[in-house]
Amino acid sequence: MAAKSFEQAMEQLEHIVEQMEQGELSLEETLAKFEEGMELSRFCLEKLNQAEQKLKKLVKTEDGFQLETM
Amino acid sequence: MNDIQSELIPQHIYSVAELTREIKLLLETTIPVIWVMGEISNLKLHSSGHLYFSLKDRDSQLSCVMWRSRNMALFFTPQDGMKVLALGKVTVYEKRGYYQFDVIKMQPAGIGELQFAFEQLKNKLQQEGLFREDLKKPLPAYPSRIGIVTSPTGAAIQDMVNILNRRFPGIEIILRPVKVQGEGAAEEIASAIDEFNEYGKVDVLIVGRGGGSLEDLWAFNEEIVARAIFRSKIPVISAVGHEIDFSISDFVADLRAPTPSAAAELVVPDRAEVLNRVLQYRKRLVQNCANFIQSQRERLNSLITSYPFLRAPDLVRQYQQRLDELTHTLQLMAEHRVRLFSQQLSGLSQRLKALAPQSVLKRGYSICYRMKDNKIVTQAQMLHPADHIRVHLYQGKIAGIVEQVMED
Repeated sequence: MAAKSFEQAMEQLEHIVEQMEQGELSLEETLAKFEEGMELSRFCLEKLNQAEQKLKKLVKTEDGFQLETM
Repeated sequence: MNDIQSELIPQHIYSVAELTREIKLLLETTIPVIWVMGEISNLKLHSSGHLYFSLKDRDSQLSCVMWRSRNMALFFTPQDGMKVLALGKVTVYEKRGYYQFDVIKMQPAGIGELQFAFEQLKNKLQQEGLFREDLKKPLPAYPSRIGIVTSPTGAAIQDMVNILNRRFPGIEIILRPVKVQGEGAAEEIASAIDEFNEYGKVDVLIVGRGGGSLEDLWAFNEEIVARAIFRSKIPVISAVGHEIDFSISDFVADLRAPTPSAAAELVVPDRAEVLNRVLQYRKRLVQNCANFIQSQRERLNSLITSYPFLRAPDLVRQYQQRLDELTHTLQLMAEHRVRLFSQQLSGLSQRLKALAPQSVLKRGYSICYRMKDNKIVTQAQMLHPADHIRVHLYQGKIAGIVEQVMED
């Protein structure tokens, strides 16, 4: 899947739904878009359900950046 | 007399340099780094970049120098007549034998002066285009990592973390702790913003602190912070103090939040809403796909039942019929031809019959054969007297002997 971030996934999902609603796709395209859309939505739901508490501290070291748990 | 003598006879003679060094030592060790308040006068910016001026009040004045490396960090432009607070130490300039105040840091004294400096910097940055609306970066709709530049101990960070976790549980919050007031705060804030840009893995930055006095919030009015916000590739939300205060960083930032809490509310959508939106999209996807298939099915159906489709079998029947007709016609024509031919044939046979010897014989002709070889005699000279002949008549035959041959 091309999307890397939740934001991109949401945008793509939105775009796909709009495309489908315009109804100018062939059957193959519709099915492909449907598959893609479902995958994107699964991805988004997974992201949303990651409920791990995350507060970290940005620390610059000689080797670059580190995240330290606070 | 003795007293005078003892004064006249020196026990220890100081050189000028020696004395000056003693004075220097005395002044520089007994007077610590201190804040002095006064009004600027005789301000001169030397071409070397060093700033020379006097601080004066009603009764006295103090020579001051602010070296280039230090005056570059000034957030306001000092002017004659401006009342300032200067932090520094007394030093002695040995060569000329006078003392001066070596200024480390300087800020306008009092609210009025601060306000003036604020307006000055605001105008300057505005003219440079740092507040331009068209240069403001859009904020991400769904940030997954949020960088925060603030104090690790204040209420602001707690409020933000609480709100972020309420609105979007699981969101990643990365804090770069900084001093938000006092000596070096502005520099720390600016370098924290730069570091986040170097780090690169956050979607948006919140830079701010809770409310305080104008002096407390001052770091966010400093040019170095404004420039760091302006050059940030990551969108920046400025969240300084309470609602009524505007800071320079508010003007430069891509979005101004009135408080840190408000920034946390603005920066992420409500997770429940987003969840709902994703579920809605899913529903629409399924619905659309189902609708599409249904509509295609209907289209197919309507095609199948459409006139041309229904006509197809009809056409076949029509061709069948036409074929039958043609076959029939062909048959009729063939029969006709056959009849015609047979008629012709009978005509011909009639004529043939007419031409047959019998019919000729009937008319009174006869055929004469030479007996010896059974040849039909067509010329008199074929025969000789005494030759036997046979003559075929219409009915019956006669035999005879040639008496005489007569040639024409």
